[in-house]
Amino acid sequence: MKFGIMVNEGPYTHEASDTAYLFAKAVLEKGHQIHRIFFYHDGVNNSTRLTEPPQDDRNIVTRWSKLAAEHQIDLVVCVAAALRRGIRDENLAEGFRISGLGQLIESGIQADRLVVFGD
Amino acid sequence: MSETTGGVEMDEDVSGVIKKFLYVNRKAPYGTIYALESLEVVLIAAAFDQDVSLVFLDDGVYQLAKGQHTKTIDVKNFSPTYRALEGYDIEKLYVEKESLEARGLTAEDLIVPVTLLPAAEMAELMDGQDIVLSF
Repeated sequence: MKFGIMVNEGPYTHEASDTAYLFAKAVLEKGHQIHRIFFYHDGVNNSTRLTEPPQDDRNIVTRWSKLAAEHQIDLVVCVAAALRRGIRDENLAEGFRISGLGQLIESGIQADRLVVFGD
Repeated sequence: MSETTGGVEMDEDVSGVIKKFLYVNRKAPYGTIYALESLEVVLIAAAFDQDVSLVFLDDGVYQLAKGQHTKTIDVKNFSPTYRALEGYDIEKLYVEKESLEARGLTAEDLIVPVTLLPAAEMAELMDGQDIVLSF
């Protein structure tokens, strides 16, 4: 099955990013595909490479980058939501790209399931 | 990037497929950004010619309340935009009856015409969708 994923909350403050990541891993382990993960609202903060958590904590941002590289997943950050929150191409982590909300709708159309993580 | 389609070139992959999209608005219009950014998704999505419905429940019913004055909190009053949805061919607006009544509101207090649905029928509406985006 082909999945699209939407992440709507910021990392660390909220568990949604963690749950989405663990869900994505489980989906891939079961042999399904994820063609795109779309970051919206404060979820865009998952994409900044300026993130520097303490050493004994998980690095949510690099975790996404690694997953995307290993499984060719398109990590898309909403441009309007990103600019509002100071996320730009210059501080984008590996594997992420900034684009429009149309990418979310397209994901809904192309995927068999679109799963939303957030409040 | 294309302005109207939010960065998507309309190619064969997308054109021709029509899915049922439901946007569920559950939060008050101000206090958090969910309502405003949900509306931004709805407006962009209109360019994709999908079958779109909007639901308002819980504090989300306040998004449609008449007489919003936001000057003193220095935030834009975006409620007039809901009136413009008709021009985007988005005409299926549903409000959960229980949510509205619990807040002492009636359909006359809302800025746009809506269909009132009891919670049980709301569940049926959601069940019949392909995509449910909840804000």
